[in-house]
Amino acid sequence: MGVLLLAMTACAGADRVEKKTLVVFAAASLQATFAEVEAEFEAENPGVDVKLSFGGSSDLVTQILGEAPVDVFASADLATMAKLGDRAIDPQDFATNTLQIVVPPGNPAGIETFDDLAAADLRLVVCAADVPCGSATQKVAAAAGVELSPDSQEQSVTDVLGKVVAGEADAGLVYVTDVAAAGDTVEGIAFPEAASVVNTYPIARVQGAEQEELARAFIEMVLGETGRRVLGDAGFGTP
Amino acid sequence: MTGRGVGLPRWLYVPAMLGVVFVLLPLVAMVSRVDWGDFGSLVGSASARDALWLSLRTSGTSTVLCVLLGVPMAVVLARTSFRGQGILRALVLLPLVIPPVVSGIALLYTFGRRGLLGPTFEVLGLDIAFSTAAVVMAQTFVSLPFLVISLEGALRTAGQRYEVVAATLGAAPTTVFRRITLPLVLPGLLGGAVLAFARALGEFGATITFAGSLQGTTTTLPTQIYLERFADPDSAVALSLVLVVVAVLVIGVARPGRGAS
Repeated sequence: MGVLLLAMTACAGADRVEKKTLVVFAAASLQATFAEVEAEFEAENPGVDVKLSFGGSSDLVTQILGEAPVDVFASADLATMAKLGDRAIDPQDFATNTLQIVVPPGNPAGIETFDDLAAADLRLVVCAADVPCGSATQKVAAAAGVELSPDSQEQSVTDVLGKVVAGEADAGLVYVTDVAAAGDTVEGIAFPEAASVVNTYPIARVQGAEQEELARAFIEMVLGETGRRVLGDAGFGTP
Repeated sequence: MTGRGVGLPRWLYVPAMLGVVFVLLPLVAMVSRVDWGDFGSLVGSASARDALWLSLRTSGTSTVLCVLLGVPMAVVLARTSFRGQGILRALVLLPLVIPPVVSGIALLYTFGRRGLLGPTFEVLGLDIAFSTAAVVMAQTFVSLPFLVISLEGALRTAGQRYEVVAATLGAAPTTVFRRITLPLVLPGLLGGAVLAFARALGEFGATITFAGSLQGTTTTLPTQIYLERFADPDSAVALSLVLVVVAVLVIGVARPGRGAS
């Protein structure tokens, strides 16, 4: 280990260029959009290397609380950001997302409205109540006054999409942006009740960040014109 | 330790101890995190009981299926020789080495509603999507090679001497199989069945991919632990311990490899 560090500092000394690294943890649903923001940020800040780590928001919080070296954290919902407590500095909302019904291409079950999801013979797949997309699903069902009886309660949006893409399920509930990202492997069906449950994405600096200035700049870019354009193109709403 | 046999080189003990510590320390760490005060209520919740009961039922069924399918497979592989046997053996043992998630995807494309046999199943009126049957199929798929590989080894070690004698005395092949072959390799068969059961009990990737998760129907204990790890970490740790204890009991009852020695 010591030898490795020596070698690294020796290299850095030889280069005479200070490479700064900014570590960003972000929810899995932000993968495509944050990769674009990263490219723009690195173009504007030469000598800066942004390292992105994507995962389930809860997973990422566990890692941060376990003292992972992180500068910026972007979560898929407010509740998960709240789990960071004082470690999250100045959280700001930067995007919103709503649910959409997702069906296999051709919509074999002929789903048209949210009420259709209550049909007894329908193979329905949703997120489990413990994960962000699952709690949103429960709220939407309550708002619509529909009793859902899912055939499977999956751990993540990815798992729900997988079952729908494979045609194993007739319908699923995921975010608008997930349907857009899945391309033509699935079809999305919008429903008015979705507007009653809006999921908000917050972003914050992490206490003890090594690159405080860079972290501020990155968050500014996400909140600013670049972020709005990239996120808007992917189907995210503005808070 | 080794009596008057060949002594072991001293240095060998150091990496051996390191290995033992590497395996045991995480288990000790987990036990140290268990909230003993609430242990009863944590593992006694309805969802936990459902998951444990489902896991035991499906793993038991899978083990029976593994024995029914695996014993003939092992006998054919051990007692016959034909062209391409090596390739066949390698293919049969494939689920040992491919990631469980990949096994799940393969099962989905075979038995799923849009899979290879989907239309056939539909005609027969069988719909296994999101059913307990799908869990059993996933577990059987990943556990079968364990039974085949240990039983084939036992059969080869036992040799064919007694079978040949019985045959020359006029015993029919079925009689030889029932009265000679099976009793000879019974310890190996038990060891293989125990391994298969333990593997089925721990199966997660193929199950979640192929069968999904619904309390009491497809949510096995590993799936329940995966789901609870954030919502209720204490419950996840307690259930993990239950799974470890069951696995230790199973391996203790029939130590794999005991039949071979």
